[in-house]
Amino acid sequence: MHVSRRGFFKVCAAGMSGSSLVAMGFAPTAALAEVRQFKLAHTTETRNTCPYCSVACGLLVYSIGDGAKNTKAKVIHIEGDPDHPVNRGTLCPKGAGLLDFVSSPARLKYPEVREAGTNEWKRISWEEAYSRITRLMKDDRDANFIEKNADGVTVNRWLSTGFLAASASPSEAGYITHKVVRNLGMLAFDNQARV
Amino acid sequence: MTNTWSDIKNADVVLIMGGNAAEAHPCGFKWVIEAKKLNKAKLVVVDPRFTRSASVADYYAPIRTGTDIAFLGGVINYLLTNDKIQHEYVKAYTDFTFLVDDNFSFENGLYSGYNAEKRSYDKSTWQYQRGADGYVLTDPTLENPRCVYQLMKKHYSRYTPDVVSNICGTPEKQFLKVCEYIASTSGTGRVMTIMYALGWTQHSQGSQIIRTGAMVQLLLGNIGVKGGGMNALRGHSNIQGLTDLGLMTNLLPGYMTLPSEKEADYRAYIDKRAPKPMRPNQMSYWQNYEKFHVSLMKAWYGKAATADNNWCFDWLPKLDKPHDVLQVFEDMSHGEVNGYFCQGFNPLAAFPNKHKLNTALAKLKYLVIMDPLATETSEFWKNYGDLNDVDTASIQTTVFRLPTTCFAEESGSLVNSARWLQWHWKGAEPPGEAKPDTEIMAGLHLHLRELYKKEGGAFPDPILNLDWPYKIPHEPSSEELAKEFNGKALEDLADPADPTKIIRKAGEQLDGFAQLRADGSTACGCWIFAGSWTQAGNQMARRDNADPYGDGQTQNWAWSWPANRRILYNRASADPSGKPWDSKRRLVWWDGKKWAGDDVPDFAPASAPEVGMGPFIMNPEGVSRFFARDMMVEGPFPEHYEPTETPIDVNPMNNNPQAIYNPAARIFKGDLPNFGTSKEFPYAATTYRLTEHFHYWTKHVHINAVLQPQQFVEIGEGLAHEKGIANGDQVQVSSKRGYIRAVAVVTKRIRALKVNGKTVHQVGIPIHWGFLGQAKAGYIANTLVPFVGDANTQTPESKSFLVNVEKI
Ligand code: SF4
Repeated sequence: MHVSRRGFFKVCAAGMSGSSLVAMGFAPTAALAEVRQFKLAHTTETRNTCPYCSVACGLLVYSIGDGAKNTKAKVIHIEGDPDHPVNRGTLCPKGAGLLDFVSSPARLKYPEVREAGTNEWKRISWEEAYSRITRLMKDDRDANFIEKNADGVTVNRWLSTGFLAASASPSEAGYITHKVVRNLGMLAFDNQARV
Repeated sequence: MTNTWSDIKNADVVLIMGGNAAEAHPCGFKWVIEAKKLNKAKLVVVDPRFTRSASVADYYAPIRTGTDIAFLGGVINYLLTNDKIQHEYVKAYTDFTFLVDDNFSFENGLYSGYNAEKRSYDKSTWQYQRGADGYVLTDPTLENPRCVYQLMKKHYSRYTPDVVSNICGTPEKQFLKVCEYIASTSGTGRVMTIMYALGWTQHSQGSQIIRTGAMVQLLLGNIGVKGGGMNALRGHSNIQGLTDLGLMTNLLPGYMTLPSEKEADYRAYIDKRAPKPMRPNQMSYWQNYEKFHVSLMKAWYGKAATADNNWCFDWLPKLDKPHDVLQVFEDMSHGEVNGYFCQGFNPLAAFPNKHKLNTALAKLKYLVIMDPLATETSEFWKNYGDLNDVDTASIQTTVFRLPTTCFAEESGSLVNSARWLQWHWKGAEPPGEAKPDTEIMAGLHLHLRELYKKEGGAFPDPILNLDWPYKIPHEPSSEELAKEFNGKALEDLADPADPTKIIRKAGEQLDGFAQLRADGSTACGCWIFAGSWTQAGNQMARRDNADPYGDGQTQNWAWSWPANRRILYNRASADPSGKPWDSKRRLVWWDGKKWAGDDVPDFAPASAPEVGMGPFIMNPEGVSRFFARDMMVEGPFPEHYEPTETPIDVNPMNNNPQAIYNPAARIFKGDLPNFGTSKEFPYAATTYRLTEHFHYWTKHVHINAVLQPQQFVEIGEGLAHEKGIANGDQVQVSSKRGYIRAVAVVTKRIRALKVNGKTVHQVGIPIHWGFLGQAKAGYIANTLVPFVGDANTQTPESKSFLVNVEKI
């Protein structure tokens, strides 16, 4: 197995020191240990927290691009925040790999639709996505909304559409999601706390 | 968590049970190591597997999966019979002395009031005895056979060490050794913390397992003190926040609850949730419910919410029953659900019985995915051979997939396990056209509002009137939303003590929930978050990591709900006279005039100890409950029931066929044939997580896919030998619901246990693979899991079910 220098730094970053790769002899050769240029000098440092488990380790996110028009900020390095009172700069193998999450090839980039019965995704615009989805929502809500139950009690609920909410999005996203979803009368509403 | 991550360093004993923090919460686990190093703390791990946490423990004991109540019931029995409890604490701060209804009973596995046909209880006898003044009757001598102490003692006297060992498979000697470690904290000078996670929640009796743990902690006086507590290690970065914000079928923000259709009267709805104290001089803080509720409705409906329309009470949907995820997928499988949204959620991998989920999703008319990553759920319709064998052309669901930002590309707060709201800042632009969830929710609302304005339709009032004060309506900012959930004054607020003084002017941010009013003069989107963004600014963004008391509470780092309090129930850290039980661990105390201390007192600030107010101010009792009254569905005291699929076919605690597994667990009729028996599926299986992966996300992350590339299952040497399986062989693990194929890892870490005269092998199944991602494609582990949940919360029983293992 060949371990490139870049690859080895990544592996190290993921907290592998006590792990099998090193034990099996994949330590870097002397050439790999050479000092490299310090590239973070020209980056923007932003404070963040790990989006994985609930320890919520503090992160320092380094990005290039100064935010001026026509430049797009891009993350090039992520490490633990040494000031953070819980993780004190450390990250586990999950948090240490976050850069590859941000730039994962599985990241979705555009709104897409898979039409009924077909076998592929089709790119659509946000406007088309919003109008088609809300059309489906409204038709379903108008057809199935229950204003009163069998006993004549006002219940104002909509049971034929449901919503599962994200547990890694900010609380502010959770708050507005609740506001919008409950407002429609939805009860089939849950988040990861259930699992 | 009742306490905080860095507070774990103050513990003398750490019990990890139903979790594996070293593997799943590694940077939090470091505080256990800190406690060992600085405090000579003992780490005790009880788990079916010899986990990474166990590998650094001072003591490890094995247990059969799903039998934690038997184990902890045995601990309660040990503490009571050996007099290892903190007497003054339990007498003053728990319901030990309370008298229980004479008709309440427990017999052969069932409590009074069971209805076998409905699989539920008439709970009218699960109550206290009341005096003429309405208060609960007590017996301070603890001699009355109907007092909670006596009833509890009797109940757990059945959990003797040999009974525990017979059910759990833990050798008696090892069980007793764990009891000794736990009992060593019964005095006021030593404290134990309990750390648990999904290994306790994902059972058909999960909530009761957690209650049993809490009961052990109460007996020892370990709740409300530094280094103690019940510490739930939550799975996701903001699962705490989403729960706090009430995004569940029956909740509203701040643990308020939606009305049921039997509570259509506004006053009755409020009164039921604002209980009067059950004992003299108790606070019963939920009496303020209406203030929180009206302020929420003002945050949502603004001027449209008035006293005359009961603050839009009719606009809130009324529940016919809970529509939790299992109920929803059940209904979906019958074609009763047309549309479904998955925001950052991959139910095809997360929920039980993949086959049922696939069938259900295919009956939807439309499915909308909002996610940063391509999830399995978003491609449930695509054929991936054996891994997802579906007939694409016949699936008539229209699927939309909307790209969202990830943590680095958005600002906002996440609530960690310790209830800290920590602000983070956007560091980069998202890829392509991805948008934050806030913007997508706004887009959906504004488009719907437009449609209802133009066309009219079913009950448009709430949609047309939802308060939408955001500067850029289609892009509400995190800052605006955070200020909204903190709350503000809508009119000048006069000081109730001195009406000539204005404490907050109209439009100003509130300082905390004590300022909320029920007359419509305040708006607050989540009362427990009040104080997080005050007139002084964003408290969640605070970054002072000073720890002046050296106890790890860092009061000025971020902001913790409620009221920036770091340790819940901290009044209980002092004795009834207001003096700390342990001067080394002092937290709050009575200084002669008021409560003072290192932490924000969880108490009425000026209530003198002589008044006798109890430390559990949210409970109408003022004290903590061993006897849960009618609040749990399967009984007031936790009782051992077998997992729904049991490897031993009987419940050794009774000989009642109705009480083998949880008698109040909800089982859908169509799922009955999908439960296996020990004859066909002889091995007890449990799912688990690996330190290199996070759920189903990191298989999309290159480095983690390299670290743990391929799906495996873990079996013990005994089973491997019996089945002729060698380390590295391909095996098929099957349950009544389906099968997965993976590499066998044969280890010493899972040992066969002797249970009720039978050898029980256990199988460990990591969950991180699926048919998408950079790791080697694998099977979704939850294919195997039964479609049954915890009887109270409906959390699926992923930690305990039956499988067979065959070499292929
Ligand atoms: S770095 Fe690891 S321990 Fe820290 S929050 Fe992320 S997943 Fe949890």
